[in-house]
Amino acid sequence: MSHEPQAAPGGTRTVVIDLVTAAIIFGLGALVSWDTYRLGASWGAEGPQAGYFPFYIGLIICISSAVVLGQSLAKLGRDKSVFVQREQLRQVMIILLPSTVYVLGIQFLGIYVSSAVFICLFMRIVGSYTWLRSAVVGVAVSSVTFPLFEIWFTIPLPKGPLEALLGY
Amino acid sequence: MEEITALFHGFAVVLTPFNLMLMLIGITLGVIIGVLPGLGGANGVAILLPLTFTMSPTSAIIMLSCIYWGALFGGAITSILFNIPGEPWSVATTFDGYPMAQQGNAGEALTGAFTSSFVGALVAVIMFTFLAPLVAKFALQFGPPEFFSVYLLTFCSFVGTGKGNPFKIIASMMLGFAMAAVGIDIVTGQLRLTFELEVMLSGFHFLVAVIGLFGIGEILLSMEEGLSFSGQTARINTRIVIETWKKLPRYWATSIRSCVIGCWMGIIPGGATPASFMSYGVARRMSARGDKFGTGELEGVVAPETAAHAAGTSALLPMITLGIPGSPTAAVLLGGLLIWGLQPGPLLFVEQKDFVWGLIASMYLGNIAGLIVVLTAVPLFAAILRVPFPIIAPVIVVICAIGAYTVKNNMFDVWLMLVFGVVGYVFKKLDYPLAPMVLALVLGDAAESAFRQSMLMSQGTMTIFWSNWLAGSLTTLALALLLWPFISQLKAKLRPT
Repeated sequence: MSHEPQAAPGGTRTVVIDLVTAAIIFGLGALVSWDTYRLGASWGAEGPQAGYFPFYIGLIICISSAVVLGQSLAKLGRDKSVFVQREQLRQVMIILLPSTVYVLGIQFLGIYVSSAVFICLFMRIVGSYTWLRSAVVGVAVSSVTFPLFEIWFTIPLPKGPLEALLGY
Repeated sequence: MEEITALFHGFAVVLTPFNLMLMLIGITLGVIIGVLPGLGGANGVAILLPLTFTMSPTSAIIMLSCIYWGALFGGAITSILFNIPGEPWSVATTFDGYPMAQQGNAGEALTGAFTSSFVGALVAVIMFTFLAPLVAKFALQFGPPEFFSVYLLTFCSFVGTGKGNPFKIIASMMLGFAMAAVGIDIVTGQLRLTFELEVMLSGFHFLVAVIGLFGIGEILLSMEEGLSFSGQTARINTRIVIETWKKLPRYWATSIRSCVIGCWMGIIPGGATPASFMSYGVARRMSARGDKFGTGELEGVVAPETAAHAAGTSALLPMITLGIPGSPTAAVLLGGLLIWGLQPGPLLFVEQKDFVWGLIASMYLGNIAGLIVVLTAVPLFAAILRVPFPIIAPVIVVICAIGAYTVKNNMFDVWLMLVFGVVGYVFKKLDYPLAPMVLALVLGDAAESAFRQSMLMSQGTMTIFWSNWLAGSLTTLALALLLWPFISQLKAKLRPT
């Protein structure tokens, strides 16, 4: 990570993300401690209660993230490095958003159809391949995985209306 | 020589056509995994683990450990030809490997890298063969306090040897422990941290975390860097191999040093990555041509590769003998053992002789097979890297999704994988280490039950961790490692400037 000051062309500073992440981790730690305290984090009739160990884990999470929080607060004015450039963020979103839609697609169309569509569209739109090449690669990946999992390994993967139509 | 007899028994177990086939498949898959961005050793083994549930444990561990060897070999290919480390432990290989390739000596660099990887692994396996039974025998006397202090030592050494912010290391590790605690408490049967959500009942599975953190997270990072592969071409033929082999004995001193560094760093949970850097640094300081390092010295390829492979191999020693993995990949393999119904730890050497010695024998054979595969098929593997990113990226996401789903046949895990992917990306950028988190997630339950049993034995006083010399020295060492970053910071501040 580069720490030299950069003229920020839009983009959140690293130290701010650091601060927010530490705050979220602190919250998670507090949640862990609170829930395990509710469960009983002390010494019961037959030894340590269920929350005994995780309660302290939550406490350590809180302490360590509080220190990180303090460290980033101290750096807040000075550190000007940018967490992610706008162009970089765009690159990340190019794969992250379609992947999210893809996972959503698995729930409705099954994994084979959505994988083929995902690969095909990604190649076509991001890689500017021809429709034919994109479709061939997409369908090929699904037609290899289908017999591999459903027949050879006998591990059923999520299936949708198309597979139902074909009798699976 | 009890070990030699047992080892030959192991060879007999391994040498079936089916196992040999699995070995070759494993090596090939491993090299592909090592070459592709986003599919590392830990993640690759995690994705393929569910496929082995139907195999016998011995066949399964042969295939998975061969994937691991393959990934160790594969990292060197991308480092040398493309200046892109396929795996973190091959970063140091780029320093001299890529300049060599630019000068047209890619074949020599690759042969040197593969051969020294092989030597490193072989030395580590020989050490493993004789040391592991001793460690296991010794560990048979361990009770809960001793085990907990070994766990403590493992986790504290992350803080002591890590380079980053110690509080971030601790936070990341403790998040792993907290995730491990989610679900049904094994002792009391109570639900913990489930918040009355049905999906939380079965807890977080470490395989899903590994696939998300290392797989999806890595893809996001690669996309951000805007990967463009422009590599050197490699030609390897018998003449180049033999000529390089003639040169290698010159570097015997570097090899020995690197083996020692690698074995040591692998057993303590330092892992292959710091071992390769340390070995490169030591070689540069000790070598007569140290000032030429970085411009394409073969010795600069030999040193990190030997150490990385030695460390990668010896990371399995504490995993098998104590149930404590020395690296994230070893942690995934350990999780595999549990799923196959084997309890890692000292008893494995007593109760599962076939499995243990089969694994050790497959380490010998797997590395020989690996050397042959990579030396003969380098152009093929390099061609995989030339497949453009718009094809590779969605295919890897699909593979990760399938991998995450097959862990528990659960759609929720695929969503979790995406979340872990984003977490992995942010954590990597903010210097929160991922390895301690994964190790804590895998070992959380075991560490907790060791702690609770110790507390039961002592009726709640911590002095039990100092009740005998063994537990006492381990615990003291662990605390010293934990405090080390703070002591050295304090020292630096007190020093007059």
